[in-house]
Amino acid sequence: MRIYRTMSIALRALRRNPMRATLTTLGIIIGIAAVIAMMEIGNGASAAIQKSIVSMGSNMVMIQPGTAASGGVSFGAGSVMTLTPQDCEDILQQCHAVQYAAPIVQARTQVIYGNKNWVPFYIVGSTPAYLNIRNWTELAEGDVFTDKDVRNANKVCLVGNTLARELFEGVSPIGKEIRIKNVSFKVIGVLTVKGANMMGMDQDDIVIAPWTSIKYRVSGTSLGNVNQSSAASTSSTTVNSLSNLYPSSSLSLYPTQSTTQAADTPQPIRFANVDSILTSTAATENIPLAIKQVTAVLRERHHIHPEEPDDFSIRDMTEMVKTFTTATSLMTNLLLCVALISLVVGGVGIMNIMLVSVTERTREIGLRMSVGARGRDILRQFLVEAIVLCLIGGALGILLGHGGALLVKYFKHWPVETSLTAIIAAVLVSVSIGLIFGFYPAWKASRLDPIEALRYE
Amino acid sequence: MQLLELKDIYKTYFLGDIDVPVLKGVSFTIEKGELVALMGASGSGKSTLMNILGCLDHPTSGQYLLDGHDISHLSADGRALLRNSRIGFVFQNFNLLPRTSALDNVMMPLSYSTEHLSDHQARQRSEEMLNRLGLADRMNHEPSQLSGGQQQRVAIARSLINNPSILLADEPTGNLDSHTSEEILHLFQQLNKEQGLTIILVTHDAAIAHHAKRIIRISDGLIEGEIKTDEKIIPDAGGVK
Repeated sequence: MRIYRTMSIALRALRRNPMRATLTTLGIIIGIAAVIAMMEIGNGASAAIQKSIVSMGSNMVMIQPGTAASGGVSFGAGSVMTLTPQDCEDILQQCHAVQYAAPIVQARTQVIYGNKNWVPFYIVGSTPAYLNIRNWTELAEGDVFTDKDVRNANKVCLVGNTLARELFEGVSPIGKEIRIKNVSFKVIGVLTVKGANMMGMDQDDIVIAPWTSIKYRVSGTSLGNVNQSSAASTSSTTVNSLSNLYPSSSLSLYPTQSTTQAADTPQPIRFANVDSILTSTAATENIPLAIKQVTAVLRERHHIHPEEPDDFSIRDMTEMVKTFTTATSLMTNLLLCVALISLVVGGVGIMNIMLVSVTERTREIGLRMSVGARGRDILRQFLVEAIVLCLIGGALGILLGHGGALLVKYFKHWPVETSLTAIIAAVLVSVSIGLIFGFYPAWKASRLDPIEALRYE
Repeated sequence: MQLLELKDIYKTYFLGDIDVPVLKGVSFTIEKGELVALMGASGSGKSTLMNILGCLDHPTSGQYLLDGHDISHLSADGRALLRNSRIGFVFQNFNLLPRTSALDNVMMPLSYSTEHLSDHQARQRSEEMLNRLGLADRMNHEPSQLSGGQQQRVAIARSLINNPSILLADEPTGNLDSHTSEEILHLFQQLNKEQGLTIILVTHDAAIAHHAKRIIRISDGLIEGEIKTDEKIIPDAGGVK
C-alpha cells in the first residue's frame, strides 16, 4: 500500500469528523505557533544585539596598560604607562592575525565653538585605522585625517553627530575651527550617526583627532590624571600659549635625572605613551590567536621574564557578546520550554483522540482486517492519520506563529527575524509528536482480533 | 475439482480454566463452483466454522486444505494475504464504511492487495464491478443514502473486487425484507451459475438454505447431515456419532 493512498485514506478519515480533528490539533497548533513566535522574536533580539555589538566594532581587541599597586593599594587601569605607539606598530607588523591596530589617547575637556561650549563624552586621539576598527569609515561629510596629519600632529579633527548638533546647530561644521582646551582644531569631517552603544552611551558624542595632536597639544597627561579640577588648576597657573607642541603641563614620565645619573646609566628615554591600543581582527574566530600573538609581542617588547605577570591587559568583546547572547538565549529557551510543554500537552490530546477513534472504529478495523489488511497496515493507517493530524496542526501553527511575530513587529516594533531552522524544526517536531503519541493507539488497533473487532458493538 | 477440504477440525476456546469445545471434528469438502449452505441454529458452531473457513481463525487441530495446500497453520499475516486474494466476505449488517462513497467502499480491499493497481485502474475496476451489480447510478452515494438491498450489493461488489475463489456470506439476508432477500439470493445464484463462483451461505433459515444446491447441517459442533436440494437428509457417516 503506497504512502500516497495511505495519506488519502487518513485525510478521508479525518474529514469524517472535521470538528473533532480541529479541536484535537488545537494543542499542536498553539504549541507550534508559540515555538515559531518565540524563535522569531528571540532571533530578532539576538540579531539586534549582534548589530549593536558590530556598531561598537565587532572583532575588537583592546590592550590596556597594567595596573600599578603600591603597598596593597591599586591605582587602577592606566596607572602605569607601558604602552607606546611603537608597541602598536610592532603589533601590526608581527601579529598576522591582527588586521588593524590604532593607538588611543583620550582626553576629557571642554570644546568651544563661537559662543557655545560642550564637553564631549569622548575625545579620542588615534590614527585613521581607528575608524576601520570601529566600522566607521563612512563619513557624513568631509574627509578623514591622514597618517601624515598624525605624523605632523596637525590640528584637524572629525566630529560626531551629537557634537556637531550641539555646537553648530545645523550649519555645516566643515572647515570651522573648534577649540579644544584652547587649541584650535579644524573640523575636516563629520561622522555618520552610530547611536547608543550597548551600555547606552552616545557614541556620536565624540571628537576624533590625530593622537599626536591630542597627546602633545591637548591632554599632555595620561588616563591616570582624570582629576579635572587639578588639571584645570594646572592649566590656570600656567600660561597656555596656543599651539605649543610640548605643553608645559605635559607629564614627565620619569624623574629628571641628574647629569651624573644620566652618565652612569645611559637610558633611552621613553618618549611617549598611549592610553590604550585598539586592534581588530579580520574574523571573530581569529580573536584568540590575535590575543596570543599580541601577548607574545608585548611581553617581548616589554622585556618581561617568563615568570613575571603581564604589564598590560587584553580584553575583547567576546565576553560581552557572550553575556548578552546568554541572557537573550536564556529567555528564549525558557519560553521555548513553555512552548514545548504545550506541545506535549497537545500530543497527549492527539493520543487521547486517536484512542477514542480506534475504539469507535473497531468494526472498521475488523472489516479492513477481514478483507486482507495485515496488522502492520492498520498500524500504518492510524500512525499516518496521527502524523497527518499533527502536520496539519504544525502547518497552521507555523502560519499562526509567523503571523503573531509579524504582528508584534508591526505594533510593538520588536526586531523579528524569520528562522528557517525553526520552521524545519517545527515540522520535524510535529511529525515526531504524531509518531510518538500516535504509536500506542495505532499499535492497539493493529493488535485487535478481526473476529472480535467485527462483532464489536 | 475439489476447492477446499476440512479434515477433522476441532476448535476449543480456552476461557480461563474452562475449555469450551465448539467444533468437535468437522470434515467436509466443497467442490469448485458449488453453492453450499451451512445451516445450523445459533450456538451450533456455524459462526466458528465460518471464521475458520474464512481464514479469520485457525483450528485447534485438524487440517484445512485450500486448493490442496494446508493452511491451518498459517501466520496472521499469511492468513490476511489469503483473505485478501482468495476469500470474499458478505456480512449480515453489510459493514460498509460510514460517510464513504460506494465506490470508495468497493475500492477499499484493493489498497491491501498485492497487485498494486494504480489509482486509475482501481477506480475503473470498482466502477465495472458496481455496474455489474446494477449500481451504476449509485456510485457516489454514501451508505446512509442507499437502501438495505443496495448496501448489500455494494458489500457484494466489495467482496468480489479481488476476484476471490470463495464467497463467504454470513446471514446475508438477515437485515433485509423478504423481497430484497429474494433479490440478493437470486444474485448469488446468478453469480454462481454465470461465473462459477464458489459460494458458502451461512444461515439458520432453512428457506434461505434451500436456495443452495447443497445444505450442510451443523449442530452442536458436528456435521449433522447433508441435503442435496430436493432430496432427503443423507446421514453423514463421519458426522453423526
